[in-house]
Amino acid sequence: MVVGLEVHTELKTTTKMFCGCANAFGAAPNTQVCPVCLGLPGSLPVLNVRAVDLAMAIGLALHSTIASSTFHRKNYFYPDMPKDYQISQYDLPINAGGYLDLPDGSRVSIERAHLEEDTGKSTHLGGSGRIHGADRSLVDYNRSGVPLVEIVSGPDIRSSAQAHLYASELRGILIATGASDGRMEEGSMRIDANVSVRRVGQPLGTRCEVKNLNSLRSLQRAIDFEAARQFELIESGGTVRQETRHWDENLGATSTMRTKEEADDYRYFREPDLVDVVPDGAWLERVRGTLGAMPAERRATLLARLTSPNAAQLDALEVVVDLGFDDYVLAAIDAKVDAPLAMARAANELAAGIENIANLSRDAFVATLTMEQSGQLSATQAKTVLFELLAHGGEPGDIAKTKGFEQLSTGALSDTVSELIAQHPNEWARYRDGDDKLAQFFIGLVMKFTNGQANGKAVIAELQARR
Amino acid sequence: MKSARQIASDVQSGATSAESEMATSLAAIRAKNEELNVFLFVDEAGAREAARRVDERIARGEPAGALAGVPLALKDNLCQEGVPTTAGSRILKGWLAPYNATVVDRVIAAGAVVMGKTNMDEFAMGSSTETSAYGPTRNPLDPSRVPGGSSGGSAAAVAADMTSLALGSDTGGSIRQPAALCGLVGLKPTYGLVSRYGLIAFSSSLDQIGPLAKNVADAALLLEVIAGHDPLDSTSLPEPAPSLVAHLKDGVAGKRIGLVRELFEGAEDEVVASVHRAAEALRDAGATIVELAVPEFRLGLSAYYLIAPAEASSNLARYDGVRYGLRVDAQDVAAMNEATRTLGFGAEVKRRIMLGTYALSAGYYDAYYGQALKVRTQMIDAFRRAYQQVDLLVGATTPTVAFKFGAKTANPMAMYLSDVYTIPTNLAGDAAISVPFGTGECDLPIGVQLLGPGRSEAQLLAAARVLELADGRP
Repeated sequence: MVVGLEVHTELKTTTKMFCGCANAFGAAPNTQVCPVCLGLPGSLPVLNVRAVDLAMAIGLALHSTIASSTFHRKNYFYPDMPKDYQISQYDLPINAGGYLDLPDGSRVSIERAHLEEDTGKSTHLGGSGRIHGADRSLVDYNRSGVPLVEIVSGPDIRSSAQAHLYASELRGILIATGASDGRMEEGSMRIDANVSVRRVGQPLGTRCEVKNLNSLRSLQRAIDFEAARQFELIESGGTVRQETRHWDENLGATSTMRTKEEADDYRYFREPDLVDVVPDGAWLERVRGTLGAMPAERRATLLARLTSPNAAQLDALEVVVDLGFDDYVLAAIDAKVDAPLAMARAANELAAGIENIANLSRDAFVATLTMEQSGQLSATQAKTVLFELLAHGGEPGDIAKTKGFEQLSTGALSDTVSELIAQHPNEWARYRDGDDKLAQFFIGLVMKFTNGQANGKAVIAELQARR
Repeated sequence: MKSARQIASDVQSGATSAESEMATSLAAIRAKNEELNVFLFVDEAGAREAARRVDERIARGEPAGALAGVPLALKDNLCQEGVPTTAGSRILKGWLAPYNATVVDRVIAAGAVVMGKTNMDEFAMGSSTETSAYGPTRNPLDPSRVPGGSSGGSAAAVAADMTSLALGSDTGGSIRQPAALCGLVGLKPTYGLVSRYGLIAFSSSLDQIGPLAKNVADAALLLEVIAGHDPLDSTSLPEPAPSLVAHLKDGVAGKRIGLVRELFEGAEDEVVASVHRAAEALRDAGATIVELAVPEFRLGLSAYYLIAPAEASSNLARYDGVRYGLRVDAQDVAAMNEATRTLGFGAEVKRRIMLGTYALSAGYYDAYYGQALKVRTQMIDAFRRAYQQVDLLVGATTPTVAFKFGAKTANPMAMYLSDVYTIPTNLAGDAAISVPFGTGECDLPIGVQLLGPGRSEAQLLAAARVLELADGRP
């Protein structure tokens, strides 16, 4: 099979591409709109320079040639597109060419990564639930005019797993450049897949474009389904028609949306309401200066700090870098926290609280893990502190104190252990004589006495100190 | 009606009030609008309120602006908040613009009293107001004749003394041609000098807003108010408004002015005679007249009638019945779009949408739209070469005086030829002015056109002032 992907990513700008409306997900319908993004008569677009910065950042990360570019109008009628044309880039995209290296060592070429505006969002009610055959349609124009970059790969992908890897690596790059939050579930990253099949060594077969792939899982399933469909079609003597197909997640199947004969003639022409974008050397250097390390480099950096990592840690490494938590882990390792502990807390607790990651500073993460490692906090307590930090922010020490975790690490635990030893002289004697099993007996007592707030390791340390 | 300069000066000095000038304007509108069909909407309440605000500023001793108390008319393709805005089309009937065009903000800030919205050819596509969905406007100088177009309503408002000033828009001659036919001064500014924000687009790369006035000084006054950079229009020139009124008396002494054959060939005899007399008047004022041939100007019309409809086919796509304006219900969205546009657009608009859609279509783009862009580049080069030899060009504005209703409606090409002398300036993005000079058939006014390179407005106004004086007007 031969696959090329078109990835649309919403850019993480404060305002929309051509007006001052907020670019934010989740507001009440049609509350983030103005004459410009509603395409009202007489309104004119003014380019958001921040969107160009982010598009250039993506181009730099994909090794593209960044050049002077122009905007074109792509003309077609659709109710969620207020002007009935989309401002896009055509023959002169901002980013041309480039490539993306995948973790498996393969390289996928990039044809272009161009700027365009997003459309509104339609909801079709009743009937078929699609635009044709629905009883009513509602349109929310909050998304109209949100800046997008469309990244078009070459037809270099040879399996659905590689497509998954490409999309995932690209997602990491988009997050790393600050261009996008990469949230497929919110539609910030949407993928169309061009799929064809051929016998090995033969020229490219006729392709079908599969739309509506809203998760990496859908992407992989849809490609497998579509390739198998085409394969069976050809095997049974049929031919593949070039067409656009819709992926139905519930049915797990693709179906015809429109054939090539029905394809629109978009009548592209230069957008007369905008001027050319001419990124000079200084502009390029400014954007380059804001660019941090890309996921591949960051994975290598983190890997170098792990001593003989096992499979679980290698998986965690992917997650940690994908989510951008590698700097938390590196800070912890720098502060002498064991790498496996730092990796586990980042891949699990931080990942679970990613929505509120802004509440948790690197210092607080390191401090919490240092307390856990020294025995000041139990594993359960450390997790509780991390969740508390993610939810409300604050200082780890204060949170531990408020929760009553900290007092047990001081004289209180020592006093408790002494008292319990005095109350159970027989058990103590057996332990002192080498019966280690009785450690669990004392830990149980301490836990009961402290309502579970003691640290098992700390109890053993106390016991051993008295042996 | 007094000149705009006189009104502004009298209102500021207290010799008259904005309210009194507004009442004079309103009375004229009431007396003549039924016959002439100039205003599609008369904003009586808004005008009263605006006049009161100006008078309050005067009462507080504040400067009330360069247009203090001057009654002004807006072409109906300019958005004014809360005011019906139709662009002469049925498809926008009843639509209330929710925002002000930049020029509207600027004239209001300068103290002008906006009296209402004037009739126009539908979406500015026409040269007579006969394509308006709301019936044609009559020429105040001879109601059996057209006022020109597409800014025919704005021209008629000033010619009929309903307002002292009006704003129009000029895509291929839509300010200059009606100015010529109504005996007014009309100026098409350099592309980008005046913000297009809030101007309902016909052809975005050609459209410019400009003034219509009884005299050159008033045109200069209004242009100074509306010109200057606007961050809401990406194609807006980066500089502030030029100084124009101060240069009105600069004259043409020492200037070289090209008399261009292609800018009056094929015109009525009286029109040709006016152009020659205008050239003499300029020579008498100290200019050197150079006879020039610019054959590229003959290609302008064909290029224009591909570029303008192509852009229009895209600009007018948004009138689809989904969000605002007319909606004709049908079984599904596509059928609703089609039914709405079929009923909402007039024949000329449909003709141009079809033409433009065809010119941009796959397989035809290179032969039509692409070719037209090349001609446009040739036009720009031809102007550049001409302006290496001379400072300004002179010719006719339009081949005939005001024509009778129906004279050109049967043959679109005959109507399109009304703009043959004005179109080259739009294609090049340059500036040009039409100034009344002499009369023709039935004593109807003739407009002489002065053309200049980009940012030559001050020179054009000074040269137009020379012709105005030579034509015997104060």
